[in-house]
Amino acid sequence: MTKISHVGLLAVATFGALVLAGLSPDPLFRLHFGLITAVLLLGTVVAMRFATVAPKAKPVAKTRDGDVEYMDEVIRYGTIATLLWGIAGFLIGVIVAAQLTWPALFNFEPFFTFGRMRPLHTSAVIFAFGGNALLATSFYCVQRTSRARLFGGDLAWFVFWGYQLFIVMAATGYLLGITQGKEYAEPEWYVDLWLTVVWVAYLVVFLGTILMRREPHIYVANWFYLAMIITIAMLHLVNNAAIPISFLATKSVPVWAGVQDALTQWWYGHNAVGFFLTAGFLGMMYYFVPKQAERPVYSYRLSIAHFWSLIFLYIWAGPHHLHYTALPDWAQTLGMVFSIMLWMPSWGGMINGLMTLNGAWDKVRTDPIIRMFVIALAFYGMSTFEGPMMSIKAVNSLSHYTDWTIGHVHSGALGWVGMVSFASLYYMVPKLWGRPRLYSLRMINWHFWLATVGIVIYAAALWVSGITQGLMWREYDAQGYLVYSFVESVAVLHPYYIARTIAGLLYLAGAIIMLVNVVQTIRGKERQEVPMGSPVLAAA
Amino acid sequence: MDTYSAMREFADSWGLLAMFLFFIGANAYVFLRPYARNIADNAASIPFKED
Amino acid sequence: MSETSGNWFIRNHAKVERNATLLLGLSLVTVAIGGVVELAPLFYLENTIEKVDGMRPYSPLELAGRNVYIREGCYNCHSQMIRPFRDEVERYGHYSLAAESMYDRPFQWGSKRTGPDLARVGGRYSNEWHVAHLINPRDVVPESIMPPYSWLMSRELDPGLIVNQMQANAVLGVPYDAAMIENAAADFAVQVDPEGDSEGLLARYPKAVIADFDGQPDKLTEMDALVAYLQMLGTLVDFSTYDPVANTR
Repeated sequence: MTKISHVGLLAVATFGALVLAGLSPDPLFRLHFGLITAVLLLGTVVAMRFATVAPKAKPVAKTRDGDVEYMDEVIRYGTIATLLWGIAGFLIGVIVAAQLTWPALFNFEPFFTFGRMRPLHTSAVIFAFGGNALLATSFYCVQRTSRARLFGGDLAWFVFWGYQLFIVMAATGYLLGITQGKEYAEPEWYVDLWLTVVWVAYLVVFLGTILMRREPHIYVANWFYLAMIITIAMLHLVNNAAIPISFLATKSVPVWAGVQDALTQWWYGHNAVGFFLTAGFLGMMYYFVPKQAERPVYSYRLSIAHFWSLIFLYIWAGPHHLHYTALPDWAQTLGMVFSIMLWMPSWGGMINGLMTLNGAWDKVRTDPIIRMFVIALAFYGMSTFEGPMMSIKAVNSLSHYTDWTIGHVHSGALGWVGMVSFASLYYMVPKLWGRPRLYSLRMINWHFWLATVGIVIYAAALWVSGITQGLMWREYDAQGYLVYSFVESVAVLHPYYIARTIAGLLYLAGAIIMLVNVVQTIRGKERQEVPMGSPVLAAA
Repeated sequence: MDTYSAMREFADSWGLLAMFLFFIGANAYVFLRPYARNIADNAASIPFKED
Repeated sequence: MSETSGNWFIRNHAKVERNATLLLGLSLVTVAIGGVVELAPLFYLENTIEKVDGMRPYSPLELAGRNVYIREGCYNCHSQMIRPFRDEVERYGHYSLAAESMYDRPFQWGSKRTGPDLARVGGRYSNEWHVAHLINPRDVVPESIMPPYSWLMSRELDPGLIVNQMQANAVLGVPYDAAMIENAAADFAVQVDPEGDSEGLLARYPKAVIADFDGQPDKLTEMDALVAYLQMLGTLVDFSTYDPVANTR
C-alpha cells in the first residue's frame, strides 16, 4: 500500500518533468523529459491504484529487545529487479555480440547501433543488475548483522524506486544519443544529479541502520558495503564534474580536459570495478558464504587486513588503463606497481572465502549454491591474477586496445559478480518469501553449468582473438614492412565473435532458468526431484 | 633538484620503506593484538545470531 | 612500540570497529590518498599543461561534428591515442601528445580498437571516401564490421546550442574569444561553402578544412559536421617543427 502523499509527490514530479520538457529549446532534452514524464505518469497511476487514505495500523515493530521486524518487502522488489535487469543486460550483450559478428544483419540504425547499445549493455549489467544486487543484499545483510530494521522508514523505498528511475533515464538517454562520452559514466549531468540524490539517501539508510544496531561490533561485510557506497560517491562526484551548457539542454562540458580528464576517468573507471564490482560483492561474499556454509568466515582477522589493504591499494591502480599514452610515465609506473600489489589482498580475500568451506567440502558436491560460490571465488582469483599481469607495461603493450581486455572484464563480471550474485539470490529467495526451500536444486545445477561453460568459451575465445589481433598489428616482414592492414586483423576475428555470441546465449539461458526457478519458488511450488549428489544418480 | 625529482627520490627510497613497514605493522597488529582471537571469533559469529 | 602506545592503538582500533562514522571517515581518507597523489600533479607538471604550437579550439562545425562523434559512441570502437611504438607510428602517424587533447572536454582517447585509431585520420582520406564509408562502411571496406550511419545525410544540423557550448568551454578556460562566439552561427555556413569568404574563419581557426563535405550544397547536415571533425583530427601540430626533446614524458 502506498501513501496518498507519495502519489502526490509523484504527480508533482511528473508535472515538473513535463514543464521542463516544454520549456527546453533542445529537441533531445524535450524528447528525454517527455519520456521521463511518461514513466513518472505510469508510476503515479500505478501508485494511485494501490494508494490508501486510511492510516495503516501500526505494525508491532519491536515488542521486546532483540525482537525486530526486518524491512524485507523492499528487498523482495530488489531481488526481482536484479533478476529482470540481469536478463535484460545479458540479452543486450548477446545482441551487441551479434552486431559485431554480423553487422549488416543486426543493423538497427539510428537508435540501436553498436555505439549506443554498448553503453546500454555495460550500464545494464553493472548499474542495473549489479546495482540492484548490491541494494538488495546490502539491505538484507545490514539488518541481520545489526539486528535492526532499516533506518529512515520509507527512505529505503525512495532509494529503490529512485534507483530504478535513474536506470530508466540513463538507458533511454543512451538510445536517444544522450551521453557524456566517458565510459561507464555516460549519463548526462541531470541524470548524474539524480543519482547523487538517490545515493546520498542510500548512504543515510545504510549508515543509519548501522548506527541503530544492537551489536557492538560492525560486521566486516558492512565495512565493504560502506566503503563501496562512500567511494562510489566520491568517484561519481569528481569524474562527473561538468557544467551544463544550459539548464534546459542535455549537453554538459566536463570540468577536466584532455590528459587530466583521461586520468580522472580511469581513476573512476577502474574503481567502479574496484569498489562497485569488487568491494560491494566482497561484502556479499563475507555474509552469504558463511551463511550458506553454516560456518563462520575462515579468518576474521584476515578479513580486516583484506579490507584495509584492498581499499587502499585499489584506488591507485587506475593509470594502468593509460599505459604508453600521453599520461606522464611516473603515473603509469605507479599504476602498474599498485596493480601488481593488489594481487595479494585479492587472493587473501579469495582464500578467506574458499577456506570458509574447510571441513565442509562435501557440500560442493551436494549443494549447488555452495558450488556457485566456489566457482565465483575461483573466477575472482583468476581475474585478479590476470588483471595485475595485464597491468605490466610489457604485457599491456600487446593486450591494450584488443579483445583480451574485454575477455578479462567478462571473466570477472560473469564469473565473479554474476555468480556470487546468483548464489546470494538463491540463498535469500526462500527466506524472503517464507518458503521451506527453493523450487529446484537441480535447476541451479543447470544454471551453474550453462553459465560456467559460457564463461569458459567467452574467455577462451577472446584470449585468442585479443592476442591474435595484438600480434597481427605489430608483425613485420623481412623487408621491414607491416604485414597486415588493420581490416585484415578485423576479418580474422569472425569465428571468435561467433563463439562469443554463443557463449553469451549460454549465460543468458542459465539466467532464464534461474528466473523460472525463482518464480516457482515465490509461487510456493516445490519440484519433486532426486536429491543432489545422490548415489543413485552418481551410479547412473 | 626540482620538487618533482626530490619527491620521486623520496618515494623510491624512504617513503617506500615507511609505507612497507606501516603495512607490516598494521597487519601484525590485526593478528597479534591481545585477545585478537576472541575479538575476531565474536565478530565472525555475528551473522549467526539473528536466527 | 612501547607498552602504552600499543594500548593506545588497540583501544582506538577497537573504536573504529564499533564506530560507523569513524569507519566511514577513515575509509574515505584511505581511498582518497591514491587519487590525490596521482591526479593533483597533472595540474601543474610542465609536460601535462604545456601548450604546443598549432593547437586551437575546435571551430563551431568541428565541435558540432565532435558532438555527433560522442553521441554515436564512436569512442567505443575507435581510440584517439597513438602509443610510441614503431608499428603504431608507422600505421597511424606521430605518437599523440598530451597537448593535442588539451581542449578536449571530454577526452576521447578510447580504450579499444575494434576499428583503427583515429587520432590522425585527418587528411588521410577524401571527403567523398568518408561520406561513402559512413553511409555504408562495407561499400568501401568489405570486411568492415562498423554500423552504417546513412541517416546523418538527412539530419539537418541544429546550430541552436553551439554558442552555449562554446561559452561553457570558455568559462572553463578554452580560449574562445568574443569574436569566435559572435561569429559562431556564420562560421557554420562558411566552413561548408568552398566559394565563400573564409578569411575570418581561417584567421580564427587556422588549418580548418573548408568544403561541402557531404556533397549536398543545399543542406548543412550532421554528415558535414562529422566529416569536418574527422578531417581535422591530428592535423593541428606541425611535427616538422616540433621538438620532442623539450617534451619528454
